[in-house]
Amino acid sequence: MKYDVKQFELLSNEEIAGGIFDMRLKNDELAPLAKCGQFAHVYVPSKTLRRPISVCDSENGVLRLVYQVKGEGTQLMSQMKSGEMVDVLAPLGKGFKVEKGKRYCLIGGGIGVPPMLYTAKQTENPLVITGFRNKDLIILQEDFKNAGAELVLTTDDGSAGIHGFVTDVLKDKINEVDEVCACGPTPMLKAIADVCKEAGKPCQISLEERMACGIGACLVCAVKVRKDGEEIMQHVCKNGPVFNAEEVVF
Amino acid sequence: MADLSVKIAGVEFNNPIIAASGTFGFGREYSEFYSLDNLGGISCKGITLKKRDGNPAPRIAETPSGILNAVGLQNPGVDAFIENDLDWLKEQNTVVIANIAGNTPEEYCQMAEKLSETAVDMIEMNISCPNVKSGGVQFGTSCESVGAITSAVRKYCKKPLIVKLSPNVTDIAEIAKSAEANGADAISMINTLTGMRIDINTRRPIIRNNTGGMSGPAVFPVAVRMVWQVANAVNIPIIGMGGISKWEDAVEMLIAGASALQIGTVLFSDPYAPIKINEGINKFLDDNGLKSVSELTGTIKPW
Repeated sequence: MKYDVKQFELLSNEEIAGGIFDMRLKNDELAPLAKCGQFAHVYVPSKTLRRPISVCDSENGVLRLVYQVKGEGTQLMSQMKSGEMVDVLAPLGKGFKVEKGKRYCLIGGGIGVPPMLYTAKQTENPLVITGFRNKDLIILQEDFKNAGAELVLTTDDGSAGIHGFVTDVLKDKINEVDEVCACGPTPMLKAIADVCKEAGKPCQISLEERMACGIGACLVCAVKVRKDGEEIMQHVCKNGPVFNAEEVVF
Repeated sequence: MADLSVKIAGVEFNNPIIAASGTFGFGREYSEFYSLDNLGGISCKGITLKKRDGNPAPRIAETPSGILNAVGLQNPGVDAFIENDLDWLKEQNTVVIANIAGNTPEEYCQMAEKLSETAVDMIEMNISCPNVKSGGVQFGTSCESVGAITSAVRKYCKKPLIVKLSPNVTDIAEIAKSAEANGADAISMINTLTGMRIDINTRRPIIRNNTGGMSGPAVFPVAVRMVWQVANAVNIPIIGMGGISKWEDAVEMLIAGASALQIGTVLFSDPYAPIKINEGINKFLDDNGLKSVSELTGTIKPW
Protein backbone atom coordinates (compact mmCIF):
# COMPACT_ATOMS: atom_id res chain seq x y z
CA MET A 1 0.00 0.00 0.00
CA LYS A 2 1.35 3.36 -1.04
CA TYR A 3 -0.49 5.66 1.37
CA ASP A 4 -0.90 5.59 5.11
CA VAL A 5 -2.05 7.71 8.02
CA LYS A 6 -0.10 7.51 11.27
CA GLN A 7 -0.01 9.16 14.63
CA PHE A 8 3.05 11.39 14.96
CA GLU A 9 4.31 12.60 18.33
CA LEU A 10 4.56 16.36 18.45
CA LEU A 11 8.06 17.18 19.74
CA SER A 12 7.88 20.97 19.44
CA ASN A 13 5.81 23.71 17.83
CA GLU A 14 7.45 27.12 18.14
CA GLU A 15 6.81 30.49 16.58
CA ILE A 16 9.98 31.41 14.66
CA ALA A 17 8.72 34.67 13.09
CA GLY A 18 5.45 36.62 13.18
CA GLY A 19 2.73 34.01 12.67
CA ILE A 20 5.17 31.40 11.34
CA PHE A 21 5.58 28.17 13.31
CA ASP A 22 8.15 25.37 13.25
CA MET A 23 6.55 22.00 14.07
CA ARG A 24 8.59 18.82 14.66
CA LEU A 25 6.75 15.51 14.46
CA LYS A 26 8.18 12.10 15.21
CA ASN A 27 7.23 8.90 13.44
CA ASP A 28 9.87 6.37 12.50
CA GLU A 29 7.77 4.69 9.81
CA LEU A 30 6.50 7.55 7.67
CA ALA A 31 8.86 10.48 8.30
CA PRO A 32 11.89 8.79 6.67
CA LEU A 33 9.89 8.23 3.46
CA ALA A 34 9.56 11.95 2.75
CA LYS A 35 11.43 13.36 -0.23
CA CYS A 36 12.19 17.01 -0.89
CA GLY A 37 9.23 18.96 -2.26
CA GLN A 38 6.61 16.50 -0.95
CA PHE A 39 3.96 17.47 1.58
CA ALA A 40 2.21 16.21 4.70
CA HIS A 41 -1.57 16.32 5.15
CA VAL A 42 -2.22 17.21 8.77
CA TYR A 43 -5.50 16.40 10.50
CA VAL A 44 -6.76 19.25 12.64
CA PRO A 45 -9.42 18.13 15.14
CA SER A 46 -12.85 19.73 14.48
CA LYS A 47 -11.99 20.66 10.88
CA THR A 48 -13.49 18.91 7.85
CA LEU A 49 -10.33 19.15 5.75
CA ARG A 50 -6.70 18.30 6.47
CA ARG A 51 -4.04 21.00 6.07
CA PRO A 52 -1.41 20.34 3.39
CA ILE A 53 2.01 21.54 4.59
CA SER A 54 5.24 21.13 2.63
CA VAL A 55 8.05 19.14 4.17
CA CYS A 56 10.75 21.51 5.44
CA ASP A 57 13.06 18.71 6.58
CA SER A 58 13.11 15.04 7.50
CA GLU A 59 15.85 13.61 9.70
CA ASN A 60 16.04 10.72 12.16
CA GLY A 61 12.32 10.01 11.98
CA VAL A 62 11.42 13.63 12.62
CA LEU A 63 9.34 15.51 10.10
CA ARG A 64 9.76 19.26 10.23
CA LEU A 65 6.86 21.41 9.02
CA VAL A 66 7.21 25.19 8.93
CA TYR A 67 3.84 26.81 8.32
CA GLN A 68 2.14 30.18 8.49
CA VAL A 69 -1.07 30.82 10.40
CA LYS A 70 -3.48 31.75 7.60
CA GLY A 71 -6.90 30.74 8.90
CA GLU A 72 -8.75 28.71 11.50
CA GLY A 73 -7.04 25.41 10.71
CA THR A 74 -3.47 26.65 10.95
CA GLN A 75 -4.47 28.69 14.03
CA LEU A 76 -5.54 25.44 15.69
CA MET A 77 -2.32 23.77 14.54
CA SER A 78 -0.30 26.54 16.17
CA GLN A 79 -1.97 25.74 19.50
CA MET A 80 -0.99 22.06 19.46
CA LYS A 81 1.35 21.21 22.35
CA SER A 82 4.42 18.99 22.71
CA GLY A 83 3.51 15.43 23.61
CA GLU A 84 0.22 15.52 21.67
CA MET A 85 -0.33 12.92 18.99
CA VAL A 86 -0.97 14.40 15.54
CA ASP A 87 -2.71 12.44 12.79
CA VAL A 88 -0.70 12.85 9.58
CA LEU A 89 -1.12 11.46 6.06
CA ALA A 90 2.35 11.60 4.53
CA PRO A 91 4.42 11.83 2.48
CA LEU A 92 2.30 12.92 -0.48
CA GLY A 93 2.86 14.29 -3.95
CA LYS A 94 5.68 14.46 -6.42
CA GLY A 95 8.65 16.50 -5.15
CA PHE A 96 11.68 18.17 -6.73
CA LYS A 97 13.77 15.95 -9.00
CA VAL A 98 17.40 16.56 -8.10
CA GLU A 99 20.32 14.91 -9.84
CA LYS A 100 23.90 14.48 -8.75
CA GLY A 101 26.49 16.54 -10.58
CA LYS A 102 24.18 19.47 -11.29
CA ARG A 103 24.35 22.82 -9.53
CA TYR A 104 20.94 24.06 -8.50
CA CYS A 105 19.57 27.48 -7.72
CA LEU A 106 16.85 27.02 -5.08
CA ILE A 107 14.49 29.94 -4.63
CA GLY A 108 11.93 30.43 -1.88
CA GLY A 109 9.58 33.36 -1.44
CA GLY A 110 7.96 33.94 1.97
CA ILE A 111 6.27 30.79 3.25
CA GLY A 112 7.59 29.10 0.07
CA VAL A 113 11.06 29.07 1.65
CA PRO A 114 10.68 26.00 3.95
CA PRO A 115 10.58 23.22 1.28
CA MET A 116 13.79 24.59 -0.20
CA LEU A 117 15.70 23.64 2.96
CA TYR A 118 15.19 19.90 2.56
CA THR A 119 15.94 20.35 -1.15
CA ALA A 120 19.16 22.20 -0.32
CA LYS A 121 20.23 19.27 1.82
CA GLN A 122 19.84 16.90 -1.16
CA THR A 123 22.01 18.99 -3.50
CA GLU A 124 25.69 19.92 -3.64
CA ASN A 125 26.69 23.52 -3.03
CA PRO A 126 23.33 24.98 -4.04
CA LEU A 127 22.75 28.66 -4.60
CA VAL A 128 19.79 29.52 -2.36
CA ILE A 129 17.90 32.77 -2.84
CA THR A 130 15.33 33.56 -0.15
CA GLY A 131 12.95 36.51 -0.44
CA PHE A 132 10.72 38.02 2.21
CA ARG A 133 8.44 41.07 2.42
CA ASN A 134 10.43 42.54 5.33
CA LYS A 135 12.96 41.67 8.04
CA ASP A 136 10.32 40.51 10.53
CA LEU A 137 9.34 37.57 8.30
CA ILE A 138 12.83 36.15 7.71
CA ILE A 139 13.18 32.44 8.53
CA LEU A 140 15.64 29.53 8.27
CA GLN A 141 18.78 31.52 7.36
CA GLU A 142 21.02 29.60 9.78
CA ASP A 143 19.60 26.28 8.58
CA PHE A 144 20.54 27.05 4.98
CA LYS A 145 24.06 28.07 6.00
CA ASN A 146 24.44 24.82 7.95
CA ALA A 147 23.30 22.93 4.86
CA GLY A 148 26.29 24.34 3.01
CA ALA A 149 24.36 26.64 0.71
CA GLU A 150 25.55 29.84 -0.88
CA LEU A 151 22.80 31.98 0.58
CA VAL A 152 21.33 35.25 -0.67
CA LEU A 153 18.68 37.20 1.25
CA THR A 154 16.34 39.73 -0.31
CA THR A 155 13.53 41.81 1.13
CA ASP A 156 10.89 43.71 -0.79
CA ASP A 157 11.34 46.82 1.41
CA GLY A 158 15.11 46.64 1.86
CA SER A 159 14.86 46.19 5.64
CA ALA A 160 17.40 43.34 5.44
CA GLY A 161 19.66 41.87 2.77
CA ILE A 162 19.34 43.01 -0.80
CA HIS A 163 16.54 45.50 -1.50
CA GLY A 164 14.61 43.82 -4.33
CA PHE A 165 13.07 40.65 -5.64
CA VAL A 166 14.55 37.15 -5.89
CA THR A 167 14.40 37.47 -9.68
CA ASP A 168 16.80 40.46 -9.58
CA VAL A 169 19.40 38.15 -8.02
CA LEU A 170 18.50 35.22 -10.28
CA LYS A 171 19.08 37.29 -13.43
CA ASP A 172 22.64 38.08 -12.25
CA LYS A 173 23.50 34.54 -11.21
CA ILE A 174 21.58 32.24 -13.51
CA ASN A 175 24.67 31.38 -15.53
CA GLU A 176 26.30 29.96 -12.39
CA VAL A 177 23.73 27.14 -12.13
CA ASP A 178 22.33 24.29 -14.25
CA GLU A 179 18.74 24.25 -13.04
CA VAL A 180 16.29 26.23 -10.87
CA CYS A 181 13.79 24.97 -8.29
CA ALA A 182 11.33 27.41 -6.70
CA CYS A 183 8.41 27.72 -4.32
CA GLY A 184 6.45 30.84 -3.43
CA PRO A 185 3.67 33.15 -4.56
CA THR A 186 2.39 32.59 -8.10
CA PRO A 187 3.53 35.98 -9.52
CA MET A 188 7.05 35.21 -8.26
CA LEU A 189 7.00 31.74 -9.81
CA LYS A 190 5.83 33.13 -13.12
CA ALA A 191 8.62 35.74 -13.09
CA ILE A 192 11.20 33.02 -12.28
CA ALA A 193 9.83 30.81 -15.05
CA ASP A 194 10.23 33.69 -17.51
CA VAL A 195 13.85 34.33 -16.48
CA CYS A 196 14.68 30.63 -16.80
CA LYS A 197 13.04 30.34 -20.18
CA GLU A 198 15.02 33.30 -21.50
CA ALA A 199 18.26 31.82 -20.17
CA GLY A 200 17.39 28.34 -21.42
CA LYS A 201 17.60 26.77 -17.97
CA PRO A 202 15.21 24.06 -16.76
CA CYS A 203 12.93 25.16 -13.94
CA GLN A 204 10.78 23.22 -11.47
CA ILE A 205 8.13 25.06 -9.46
CA SER A 206 6.07 23.97 -6.48
CA LEU A 207 2.45 25.10 -6.72
CA GLU A 208 -0.25 25.60 -4.12
CA GLU A 209 -4.01 25.15 -4.48
CA ARG A 210 -6.96 24.59 -2.14
CA MET A 211 -6.98 20.84 -1.58
CA ALA A 212 -9.18 18.11 -0.09
CA CYS A 213 -8.24 14.41 -0.40
CA GLY A 214 -4.51 14.96 -1.03
CA ILE A 215 -4.16 11.86 -3.25
CA GLY A 216 -5.76 12.75 -6.58
CA ALA A 217 -9.25 11.32 -6.09
CA CYS A 218 -11.46 14.36 -5.52
CA LEU A 219 -9.93 16.56 -8.26
CA VAL A 220 -10.38 19.90 -6.47
CA CYS A 221 -6.76 21.20 -6.58
CA ALA A 222 -6.74 21.63 -10.35
CA VAL A 223 -3.96 23.26 -12.32
CA LYS A 224 -3.85 23.71 -16.07
CA VAL A 225 -0.77 22.31 -17.77
CA ARG A 226 0.32 21.92 -21.38
CA LYS A 227 1.33 18.40 -22.42
CA ASP A 228 2.16 17.53 -26.03
CA GLY A 229 0.61 20.81 -27.20
CA GLU A 230 -2.68 20.13 -25.44
CA GLU A 231 -3.94 21.96 -22.34
CA ILE A 232 -5.13 19.54 -19.68
CA MET A 233 -6.14 19.68 -16.03
CA GLN A 234 -3.78 18.09 -13.55
CA HIS A 235 -3.81 18.15 -9.77
CA VAL A 236 -1.40 19.75 -7.33
CA CYS A 237 -1.68 16.89 -4.82
CA LYS A 238 -0.88 13.99 -7.14
CA ASN A 239 0.78 15.28 -10.31
CA GLY A 240 2.55 17.96 -8.22
CA PRO A 241 3.03 19.94 -6.11
CA VAL A 242 6.20 20.25 -8.21
CA PHE A 243 5.68 20.87 -11.91
CA ASN A 244 7.93 21.61 -14.86
CA ALA A 245 7.53 25.41 -15.14
CA GLU A 246 7.38 25.28 -18.92
CA GLU A 247 4.26 23.12 -18.77
CA VAL A 248 2.26 25.26 -16.34
CA VAL A 249 -0.37 27.50 -17.91
CA PHE A 250 -0.31 30.53 -15.59
CA MET B 1 -21.01 -10.85 13.70
CA ALA B 2 -24.23 -9.58 12.17
CA ASP B 3 -25.07 -9.78 8.48
CA LEU B 4 -24.02 -6.47 6.94
CA SER B 5 -25.04 -7.36 3.40
CA VAL B 6 -27.87 -5.49 1.72
CA LYS B 7 -29.73 -5.94 -1.53
CA ILE B 8 -30.73 -2.94 -3.66
CA ALA B 9 -32.76 -3.51 -6.83
CA GLY B 10 -31.54 -7.11 -6.96
CA VAL B 11 -27.86 -6.19 -6.54
CA GLU B 12 -26.10 -7.72 -3.55
CA PHE B 13 -23.70 -5.47 -1.55
CA ASN B 14 -21.29 -7.00 1.00
CA ASN B 15 -22.05 -4.14 3.35
CA PRO B 16 -24.15 -0.95 3.25
CA ILE B 17 -21.26 1.51 2.83
CA ILE B 18 -20.75 2.86 -0.70
CA ALA B 19 -18.17 5.51 -1.63
CA ALA B 20 -20.04 8.60 -2.85
CA SER B 21 -19.55 9.85 -6.38
CA GLY B 22 -16.99 12.59 -6.79
CA THR B 23 -15.06 11.88 -3.63
CA PHE B 24 -13.46 8.60 -4.64
CA GLY B 25 -12.44 9.01 -8.28
CA PHE B 26 -12.51 5.60 -9.96
CA GLY B 27 -11.13 4.01 -6.81
CA ARG B 28 -7.46 3.64 -7.70
CA GLU B 29 -6.13 6.20 -5.22
CA TYR B 30 -7.99 4.80 -2.21
CA SER B 31 -6.93 1.27 -3.19
CA GLU B 32 -3.47 2.43 -2.06
CA PHE B 33 -4.87 2.59 1.49
CA TYR B 34 -6.87 -0.63 1.68
CA SER B 35 -8.50 -3.28 -0.41
CA LEU B 36 -11.66 -1.89 -2.00
CA ASP B 37 -13.65 -4.99 -1.04
CA ASN B 38 -13.98 -3.29 2.34
CA LEU B 39 -16.64 -1.20 0.64
CA GLY B 40 -20.10 -2.41 -0.28
CA GLY B 41 -19.77 -0.48 -3.51
CA ILE B 42 -18.23 2.45 -5.31
CA SER B 43 -20.21 5.16 -7.01
CA CYS B 44 -17.70 6.36 -9.56
CA LYS B 45 -16.83 9.98 -10.30
CA GLY B 46 -19.62 11.44 -12.46
CA ILE B 47 -18.99 10.77 -16.13
CA THR B 48 -20.25 12.60 -19.18
CA LEU B 49 -20.53 11.62 -22.83
CA LYS B 50 -17.44 13.63 -23.77
CA LYS B 51 -14.37 14.43 -21.65
CA ARG B 52 -14.73 17.53 -19.44
CA ASP B 53 -11.98 19.70 -17.93
CA GLY B 54 -14.18 20.99 -15.12
CA ASN B 55 -14.12 24.43 -13.54
CA PRO B 56 -11.05 26.58 -12.87
CA ALA B 57 -9.59 26.44 -9.33
CA PRO B 58 -10.25 27.19 -6.53
CA ARG B 59 -12.83 24.44 -6.51
CA ILE B 60 -13.21 24.06 -2.76
CA ALA B 61 -13.80 26.09 0.40
CA GLU B 62 -14.17 24.91 3.97
CA THR B 63 -17.32 25.86 5.88
CA PRO B 64 -18.36 25.26 9.49
CA SER B 65 -18.49 21.43 9.73
CA GLY B 66 -18.43 21.07 5.99
CA ILE B 67 -17.12 22.08 2.59
CA LEU B 68 -18.32 23.69 -0.60
CA ASN B 69 -17.08 22.27 -3.88
CA ALA B 70 -17.46 23.11 -7.54
CA VAL B 71 -15.32 20.68 -9.49
CA GLY B 72 -17.65 20.89 -12.48
CA LEU B 73 -17.63 17.22 -13.47
CA GLN B 74 -14.03 16.90 -14.60
CA ASN B 75 -13.84 13.42 -16.13
CA PRO B 76 -12.34 11.57 -19.11
CA GLY B 77 -15.69 10.75 -20.75
CA VAL B 78 -17.73 7.57 -20.80
CA ASP B 79 -15.68 5.76 -23.45
CA ALA B 80 -12.39 6.31 -21.63
CA PHE B 81 -14.01 5.16 -18.39
CA ILE B 82 -15.18 1.92 -20.01
CA GLU B 83 -11.84 1.39 -21.75
CA ASN B 84 -9.40 2.30 -18.98
CA ASP B 85 -11.09 1.94 -15.61
CA LEU B 86 -14.03 -0.42 -15.64
CA ASP B 87 -12.17 -3.73 -15.99
CA TRP B 88 -9.89 -2.82 -13.10
CA LEU B 89 -12.86 -1.73 -10.96
CA LYS B 90 -14.67 -4.98 -11.64
CA GLU B 91 -11.69 -6.91 -10.27
CA GLN B 92 -12.02 -5.20 -6.87
CA ASN B 93 -14.83 -7.42 -5.61
CA THR B 94 -17.21 -4.56 -4.86
CA VAL B 95 -20.35 -3.24 -6.55
CA VAL B 96 -19.53 -0.79 -9.34
CA ILE B 97 -22.01 2.03 -9.88
CA ALA B 98 -21.51 4.29 -12.88
CA ASN B 99 -22.66 7.85 -12.15
CA ILE B 100 -23.76 9.67 -15.31
CA ALA B 101 -24.46 13.34 -16.05
CA GLY B 102 -25.48 14.96 -19.31
CA ASN B 103 -26.16 18.27 -20.98
CA THR B 104 -29.29 16.90 -22.65
CA PRO B 105 -31.68 13.97 -22.10
CA GLU B 106 -30.21 12.39 -25.25
CA GLU B 107 -26.76 12.35 -23.68
CA TYR B 108 -28.08 10.55 -20.60
CA CYS B 109 -29.76 8.01 -22.87
CA GLN B 110 -26.64 7.44 -24.95
CA MET B 111 -24.53 6.87 -21.85
CA ALA B 112 -27.10 4.53 -20.32
CA GLU B 113 -27.15 2.56 -23.57
CA LYS B 114 -23.36 2.28 -23.74
CA LEU B 115 -23.01 1.32 -20.08
CA SER B 116 -25.79 -1.24 -20.32
CA GLU B 117 -23.50 -3.24 -22.62
CA THR B 118 -20.71 -3.31 -20.01
CA ALA B 119 -20.08 -5.07 -16.70
CA VAL B 120 -21.21 -2.07 -14.64
CA ASP B 121 -23.52 -3.29 -11.85
CA MET B 122 -25.79 -0.25 -11.62
CA ILE B 123 -26.27 3.18 -13.15
CA GLU B 124 -26.79 6.25 -10.98
CA MET B 125 -28.36 9.11 -12.90
CA ASN B 126 -27.03 12.40 -11.56
CA ILE B 127 -29.71 15.00 -12.15
CA SER B 128 -28.55 17.05 -9.22
CA CYS B 129 -25.07 18.45 -9.93
CA PRO B 130 -25.20 22.14 -8.95
CA ASN B 131 -21.84 23.04 -10.50
CA VAL B 132 -22.28 22.88 -14.26
CA LYS B 133 -23.86 25.45 -16.53
CA SER B 134 -26.13 23.21 -18.53
CA GLY B 135 -27.70 19.92 -17.60
CA GLY B 136 -27.19 18.54 -14.13
CA VAL B 137 -29.61 19.97 -11.66
CA GLN B 138 -31.84 21.58 -14.30
CA PHE B 139 -33.34 18.13 -14.88
CA GLY B 140 -33.78 17.47 -11.20
CA THR B 141 -35.86 20.28 -9.77
CA SER B 142 -39.38 19.65 -11.01
CA CYS B 143 -41.56 16.55 -10.98
CA GLU B 144 -42.20 16.90 -14.71
CA SER B 145 -38.53 17.09 -15.70
CA VAL B 146 -37.51 14.26 -13.35
CA GLY B 147 -40.33 12.11 -14.67
CA ALA B 148 -39.47 12.85 -18.30
CA ILE B 149 -35.75 12.13 -18.02
CA THR B 150 -36.22 9.02 -15.88
CA SER B 151 -38.70 7.62 -18.34
CA ALA B 152 -36.42 8.44 -21.29
CA VAL B 153 -33.30 6.90 -19.74
CA ARG B 154 -35.27 3.86 -18.54
CA LYS B 155 -35.85 2.86 -22.16
CA TYR B 156 -32.09 2.59 -22.78
CA CYS B 157 -30.95 1.44 -19.35
CA LYS B 158 -30.75 -2.33 -18.98
CA LYS B 159 -29.07 -2.06 -15.58
CA PRO B 160 -30.72 -1.22 -12.26
CA LEU B 161 -31.30 2.54 -12.38
CA ILE B 162 -30.69 4.78 -9.38
CA VAL B 163 -31.88 8.38 -9.58
CA LYS B 164 -29.79 10.78 -7.47
CA LEU B 165 -31.86 13.63 -6.13
CA SER B 166 -31.06 17.25 -5.39
CA PRO B 167 -32.04 18.71 -2.02
CA ASN B 168 -32.42 22.14 -3.64
CA VAL B 169 -36.14 21.65 -4.24
CA THR B 170 -39.42 22.54 -2.57
CA ASP B 171 -40.80 19.04 -2.06
CA ILE B 172 -38.32 16.19 -2.47
CA ALA B 173 -40.93 13.51 -1.74
CA GLU B 174 -42.98 14.51 -4.80
CA ILE B 175 -39.83 14.40 -6.96
CA ALA B 176 -38.97 10.94 -5.64
CA LYS B 177 -42.48 9.73 -6.45
CA SER B 178 -42.09 11.00 -9.99
CA ALA B 179 -38.78 9.10 -10.37
CA GLU B 180 -40.41 5.94 -9.00
CA ALA B 181 -43.46 6.23 -11.25
CA ASN B 182 -41.22 6.58 -14.30
CA GLY B 183 -39.06 3.54 -13.72
CA ALA B 184 -36.36 4.28 -11.14
CA ASP B 185 -35.25 1.16 -9.27
CA ALA B 186 -33.78 3.12 -6.36
CA ILE B 187 -33.25 6.66 -5.11
CA SER B 188 -29.95 8.05 -3.88
CA MET B 189 -30.05 11.24 -1.86
CA ILE B 190 -29.01 13.88 -1.10
CA ASN B 191 -26.65 15.59 -3.51
CA THR B 192 -25.05 18.80 -2.19
CA LEU B 193 -26.89 21.92 -1.04
CA THR B 194 -26.01 25.02 -3.04
CA GLY B 195 -23.93 27.45 -1.01
CA MET B 196 -21.44 30.30 -1.18
CA ARG B 197 -18.49 31.81 0.71
CA ILE B 198 -16.98 35.24 0.10
CA ASP B 199 -13.48 36.46 1.01
CA ILE B 200 -14.23 39.67 2.94
CA ASN B 201 -10.93 41.28 1.96
CA THR B 202 -11.13 40.76 -1.79
CA ARG B 203 -14.96 40.55 -1.87
CA ARG B 204 -14.50 37.67 -4.28
CA PRO B 205 -16.28 34.35 -3.82
CA ILE B 206 -13.71 31.82 -2.57
CA ILE B 207 -14.83 29.34 -5.22
CA ARG B 208 -14.10 30.37 -8.78
CA ASN B 209 -17.54 29.12 -9.85
CA ASN B 210 -18.96 31.64 -7.31
CA THR B 211 -21.32 29.04 -5.83
CA GLY B 212 -20.67 25.45 -4.90
CA GLY B 213 -22.29 22.38 -3.41
CA MET B 214 -22.19 22.00 0.35
CA SER B 215 -21.50 18.67 2.03
CA GLY B 216 -20.16 17.33 5.30
CA PRO B 217 -21.56 16.98 8.81
CA ALA B 218 -23.37 20.33 8.57
CA VAL B 219 -25.85 18.93 6.04
CA PHE B 220 -26.50 15.65 7.88
CA PRO B 221 -29.75 16.69 9.66
CA VAL B 222 -31.16 17.97 6.36
CA ALA B 223 -30.32 14.65 4.71
CA VAL B 224 -31.92 12.62 7.52
CA ARG B 225 -35.11 14.66 7.30
CA MET B 226 -35.31 14.26 3.52
CA VAL B 227 -34.57 10.51 3.59
CA TRP B 228 -37.36 10.10 6.14
CA GLN B 229 -39.80 12.09 4.00
CA VAL B 230 -38.94 10.14 0.85
CA ALA B 231 -39.07 6.80 2.68
CA ASN B 232 -42.67 7.66 3.58
CA ALA B 233 -43.49 8.48 -0.04
CA VAL B 234 -41.96 5.69 -2.16
CA ASN B 235 -41.60 1.91 -2.09
CA ILE B 236 -38.25 1.66 -3.90
CA PRO B 237 -35.08 1.51 -1.75
CA ILE B 238 -33.18 4.64 -0.75
CA ILE B 239 -29.40 4.99 -0.67
CA GLY B 240 -28.96 7.68 1.96
CA MET B 241 -26.12 10.16 2.03
CA GLY B 242 -25.23 13.65 3.20
CA GLY B 243 -22.69 14.30 5.95
CA ILE B 244 -22.38 10.77 7.34
CA SER B 245 -19.07 10.81 9.21
CA LYS B 246 -19.35 8.19 11.96
CA TRP B 247 -21.15 4.90 12.57
CA GLU B 248 -23.82 6.56 14.71
CA ASP B 249 -24.76 8.74 11.71
CA ALA B 250 -24.94 5.64 9.53
CA VAL B 251 -27.30 3.88 11.95
CA GLU B 252 -29.42 7.03 12.20
CA MET B 253 -29.75 7.28 8.43
CA LEU B 254 -30.74 3.61 8.18
CA ILE B 255 -33.39 4.09 10.88
CA ALA B 256 -34.68 7.13 8.95
CA GLY B 257 -35.39 4.85 6.00
CA ALA B 258 -32.21 4.22 4.01
CA SER B 259 -31.36 0.69 2.83
CA ALA B 260 -27.72 1.51 2.03
CA LEU B 261 -25.49 4.53 2.49
CA GLN B 262 -22.96 6.60 0.63
CA ILE B 263 -20.15 8.42 2.36
CA GLY B 264 -17.93 11.05 0.82
CA THR B 265 -16.65 14.15 2.56
CA VAL B 266 -15.45 12.28 5.65
CA LEU B 267 -12.91 10.44 3.47
CA PHE B 268 -10.94 13.67 3.17
CA SER B 269 -10.19 13.76 6.89
CA ASP B 270 -10.22 9.99 7.43
CA PRO B 271 -9.61 7.70 4.44
CA TYR B 272 -10.37 4.71 6.69
CA ALA B 273 -13.86 5.95 7.60
CA PRO B 274 -15.71 3.23 5.58
CA ILE B 275 -14.00 0.48 7.56
CA LYS B 276 -14.58 2.17 10.92
CA ILE B 277 -18.24 2.85 10.12
CA ASN B 278 -18.85 -0.78 9.15
CA GLU B 279 -17.21 -1.94 12.39
CA GLY B 280 -19.40 0.42 14.39
CA ILE B 281 -22.59 -0.70 12.66
CA ASN B 282 -21.65 -4.32 13.24
CA LYS B 283 -21.10 -3.76 16.95
CA PHE B 284 -24.37 -1.83 17.27
CA LEU B 285 -26.26 -4.69 15.63
CA ASP B 286 -24.61 -7.26 17.92
CA ASP B 287 -25.23 -5.13 21.02
CA ASN B 288 -28.88 -4.80 20.10
CA GLY B 289 -29.41 -8.43 19.20
CA LEU B 290 -30.07 -7.70 15.53
CA LYS B 291 -29.06 -10.30 12.94
CA SER B 292 -28.97 -8.09 9.85
CA VAL B 293 -28.37 -4.45 9.01
CA SER B 294 -31.58 -4.46 6.96
CA GLU B 295 -33.54 -4.87 10.18
CA LEU B 296 -32.73 -1.23 10.95
CA THR B 297 -34.10 0.28 7.75
CA GLY B 298 -37.10 2.52 8.35
CA THR B 299 -37.52 1.54 12.00
CA ILE B 300 -37.94 5.14 13.11
CA LYS B 301 -40.69 5.64 15.67
CA PRO B 302 -41.87 9.16 14.86
CA TRP B 303 -43.81 11.17 17.43
